[in-house]
Amino acid sequence: MRTCLPILLLLATVVLVQQLTQWTGTPFYLTQLTMAGYYSLLIIGLCLVMGYAGQISLGHAGFFAIGGYLSAMLTTRNLLAYQDHQLVALADRLGLLMGRHDFFGNEILALHPWPAALVAITTAIVVSFLIGVPVLKLKGHYLAMATLGFGIIIYRLVLGTPIFGEADGISEVPGFPLLAGLSVSGDFGSRVSNYYIAWGMVIIAMLLLLNLINSRVGRALRAIHGAEDAANAMGVDTARYKLRTFILSAVMAALAGVFLTHYSAGIGPSEAGVMQSVRYVAIVAVGGMANLWGALIMGVVLNFMSLRGMFGSYDDAVFGAILIAMMLFAPQGLLRLALLARIKNLLTGKKDGAA
Amino acid sequence: MTAELFIQYLFAGVTYGIIYAIVAIGFNIIYNTTGIINFAQGEFVMLGGMIAITLNALLPLPLAIAGAVLLTMLVGAMVEMTFIRWLKSPSVLRMIIITIGVSILIREVALHIWGEGVRSLPYFVGNEISTVNILGARISPQVLWVIGVCSVIVIALSLFFRYTMQGQKMRACAANRTAATLCGINPKNMVTLSFMLSAGIGALAGCVMSPITYTEYDSGTGLAIKGFTVAILGGLGNSMAAVAAGLLLGLLEAFSVSIVPLAYQDVIALSILLLILFVRPHGLFGRKDAAGLKEF
Repeated sequence: MRTCLPILLLLATVVLVQQLTQWTGTPFYLTQLTMAGYYSLLIIGLCLVMGYAGQISLGHAGFFAIGGYLSAMLTTRNLLAYQDHQLVALADRLGLLMGRHDFFGNEILALHPWPAALVAITTAIVVSFLIGVPVLKLKGHYLAMATLGFGIIIYRLVLGTPIFGEADGISEVPGFPLLAGLSVSGDFGSRVSNYYIAWGMVIIAMLLLLNLINSRVGRALRAIHGAEDAANAMGVDTARYKLRTFILSAVMAALAGVFLTHYSAGIGPSEAGVMQSVRYVAIVAVGGMANLWGALIMGVVLNFMSLRGMFGSYDDAVFGAILIAMMLFAPQGLLRLALLARIKNLLTGKKDGAA
Repeated sequence: MTAELFIQYLFAGVTYGIIYAIVAIGFNIIYNTTGIINFAQGEFVMLGGMIAITLNALLPLPLAIAGAVLLTMLVGAMVEMTFIRWLKSPSVLRMIIITIGVSILIREVALHIWGEGVRSLPYFVGNEISTVNILGARISPQVLWVIGVCSVIVIALSLFFRYTMQGQKMRACAANRTAATLCGINPKNMVTLSFMLSAGIGALAGCVMSPITYTEYDSGTGLAIKGFTVAILGGLGNSMAAVAAGLLLGLLEAFSVSIVPLAYQDVIALSILLLILFVRPHGLFGRKDAAGLKEF
């Protein structure tokens, strides 16, 4: 029940913001808010890994790219020439293919977004498992460098492989038909429904993660963060918990990649870059590491500002500066500074240290 | 593969290998005195090259390089004094994030000062097409400059650590900080010195390699990754092993060009890095029990 009220509050805020943009005639903000929502999906997943399990990951843009690039590639690759191939014919009979016409009226026969997304997510699970098993044995610098290395490998592969569009990325990705009449796409007409789709997913993910951290798993993760050896000695299967959390966050990152790619109808190599991973880490750090709400709020605010171009050509510099400032002055995050706690105590009439 | 081609690849490998080794030694110097990995190490190399190119417009080449090295050392000292010095026993996670932030800031400042363009210093001797004939292979004299200067750096550093007072003090701090403090050494100053030293050698390497590899605002990141791979490969903290590991990686990359597409070259180095981290995190030449005592 503890999680009910904030979730309802979030739901109310989401609806309120949408209404507000309608009244004030600024529905174009919804586009960035939708994108920020998908990024937040990744960020709260990363928050679970970094804040609760205490494992840094500098490679989450890699999982985002696995999701985004695979679904983009599979849904745009024209299979018309291979129509007579047994596998393609079989997929067609099973209803896994989708025919459509591109911008120039050419016929395209490609994989339907649903099976494509399934392939992308499954790949993310397999890769995160294969990477996670050895990587999560590492600590500190080695863990940071190994995850960074993984991220750069994905970036280089995407950048150097022709079917992933090399430096151009993949464009003209079709919409993702979720249900009849509801589809994730960048059409102007479906801006409002897409906003609700994205935030619906964020709310579901928040509900899931909040329940998770208040359960046995969450306590185990916090024990790992506090002192891994001690947790191990108390009978917590640290390796398994770390791995599962890592895979869960990779799946969330891949999901964000899949939907954001369908929403913005394309993906480019910068989405897989190191800077992108660093940016996610910065946002989790600002949110206060072990603070899902903080990560969500900061994820929306900073991504929204960045997507609106408020930082201009200093975009990366802003995130670098945020990262340094947070780590120097408030390693516990902005939303849980001692100052804030004191203000809260003052307002509720408690003495210092009573909380 | 003909003998000439073999020698050509050999020189290419040694050139890149020794550059990686210099970056790795930069990592090691700071790691030894502080226990942190300075993710901004690659940016020092880039800064050295960029500053030298700018100064070279006004000054003759040797002076420009000397100026670039000194200025980069100053930047290194400033980075340490602003971001590292006053933190009390920070966690590794915190230090990693701070140095990553510093590397982003330096890179962005460089982007706004020098732009996105590719620049380079002039060749020290001759020009792009002048070559030296070694055993039938045609080698640019700049390659010999890179190998020569980097070798001198390695030798000078090992002499510095062995025979000078400052070097011995730094080694004392690396071995046991508390004991060094009791002997009247100020470990904080040693940390500043180690940042200056690794910034200086990084900058010098950045200057000599600039004519052949060119300098861009973001050329530091790739070098840092390679340097780190080499540092791990040799065993973190072990500078002499880093030279061997650097040459190994450089040669591996040079000879893999004939098999693997150039676009995937970084993937090789990184796969080696991951493999080493998974299988032998204490490095090829390190000892497991010794590594177990260190804090990563």
